[in-house]
Amino acid sequence: MRISGKKIIIYIILAIMSFIMLVPFAWMVLTAFKTVGESTQVDPFVIFPSKWRLDNFDEVLHNVNFVKLYFNTIMMIILRVLCAVLTATLAGYAFARLEFRGKNFMFGLVLFQMMIPSQIFIIPQYVMVSKLHWTNTMMGLLFPGLVSAFGTFLLRQAYMGLPRDLEEAARLDGCNIGQTFLFIMAPLTKSAMVALGIFTAVFAYKDLMWPMIVCPDTNKTTLASALSKMQGQFSSNYPELMAAALIACLPMIVIYVLFQKQFIEGIATSGGKL
Amino acid sequence: MGTKHKMTPRQKSEFLWGWLFILPTMTGLIVLNIVPIFQTIYQSFFKTGDFGKGNKFVGLDNYAKVFTDKDVWQALINTLKYAAVEVPISIIIALVLAVFLNGKIKGKSTFRTIFFLPMVAAPAAIAMVWRWLYNSEFGLLNHIFPFRVNWISNPKIAIYSIAVIGIWSIIGYNMVLFLAGLQEVPRDYYEAASIDGASGIQQFFNITIPLVSPTIFFVLVTRLIAAMQVFDVIYMIIDNTNPALFKTQSLVWLFYKYSFSQGNKGYGATVVVVLLIVIMIITAIQMIGQKKWVHYN
Repeated sequence: MRISGKKIIIYIILAIMSFIMLVPFAWMVLTAFKTVGESTQVDPFVIFPSKWRLDNFDEVLHNVNFVKLYFNTIMMIILRVLCAVLTATLAGYAFARLEFRGKNFMFGLVLFQMMIPSQIFIIPQYVMVSKLHWTNTMMGLLFPGLVSAFGTFLLRQAYMGLPRDLEEAARLDGCNIGQTFLFIMAPLTKSAMVALGIFTAVFAYKDLMWPMIVCPDTNKTTLASALSKMQGQFSSNYPELMAAALIACLPMIVIYVLFQKQFIEGIATSGGKL
Repeated sequence: MGTKHKMTPRQKSEFLWGWLFILPTMTGLIVLNIVPIFQTIYQSFFKTGDFGKGNKFVGLDNYAKVFTDKDVWQALINTLKYAAVEVPISIIIALVLAVFLNGKIKGKSTFRTIFFLPMVAAPAAIAMVWRWLYNSEFGLLNHIFPFRVNWISNPKIAIYSIAVIGIWSIIGYNMVLFLAGLQEVPRDYYEAASIDGASGIQQFFNITIPLVSPTIFFVLVTRLIAAMQVFDVIYMIIDNTNPALFKTQSLVWLFYKYSFSQGNKGYGATVVVVLLIVIMIITAIQMIGQKKWVHYN
């Protein structure tokens, strides 16, 4: 294959962009292994740590209960994904395939919710959570993610793309609507469920404001919200801050690299279906 | 309409199953989202007392206050500046990258994976890293460039430095949406254009842009809505002592400060209602404007 000049320019641009995308991550890793002295040395400027020390990680793990934070974050993600997928699968099917009074109005509410910026809901949601004494609890973290308007829309689209004769056949075989849904239709939308699951997981993991408000306790909150507190705690000890950021980011990045195809399709193609 | 009596068994069964299936979602949606919309609007007519105690009806006072509140006006300007930089630039870069990756390129999926990487990192962590990169004394950026810049403490440029983080974070996401749009453009359009002697750049403007204009429009609308809600990065990067605070605080940042740091939920609610109105106006303008440039087949 002959490589033209144009191709070379394209490759150079892609390489430069990749470099720009990776530098912040690389700098996070490099700084996390440096001493404070190395990180603030100016003349000469230090790029690589003289020794790959784990001291910063020790220090951060000693001061912050990352096991607890991981547990909280993972539990919140699992519960939110289960709730979103379960409720959205049911509702998505009904909106796509069943005819009943009130359906259009209810689906209108689903669409309406999707168009409203989420900060509008936060004060009343917070008031509810504190009245229920769910602040600093898992229920508090889960609360806004109990149902998903976006997921309902996504699953509805998935069901609408399935052929109708499957249901006809199931009905002739004597399946009622519940059985048809459970045994025939729901298994066919697995890929949409996976997409919704990944989408929900990533956005729950990234959410900052809600866990900060509802779980201010450092041991009851999520990784994202705990990171925001560490900035004050370790003030300007950047090697330790970078170690903490790396500990918080690494698992998600590893999972992403392993399942990148599902991730990219899950997040972006479900985003694109709005 | 009295159709209930005439329902066939099938219709009856669909009615019952249908409501059973949507019940969990609709209950949650109404309790968690629909009712809170009205509660927030209602709350915006009240003043919350000291220590978040007591609610006093003040009518439109909060709205009158918003109009004279320098912080809110500045936050609106900051938010608009952020959106005006982040959204178009990230869309242009993402579109160009998507066109490159849509061609015959080796390592396509590796590039895609790298560009998309910021999407799976917590914004809190990303913001910490960038704060370190931007550090005026020891930051990497001030060592790469021959001049010294106070990236995040100079009130004139801090909001743009923050927008750069926004661009960096979202390029990959936009790019993947464009790649999906580009895959639907028939190849023969380009072949025909090549035979006619159109250059790559001509093809980009005359074929690619019109054909993916629905995707561009979709990304533009959704990204502007999201950019108007910018909070995480500003919250993480700008301390209360930062001299650029006034010129970087966004509307959602103010909403958070009033509602939760200061416990004045009434005024916080007013700010977020203002945000909702601004977002609706921006979206409506785009919906009207799309007729001029978006081509649906």
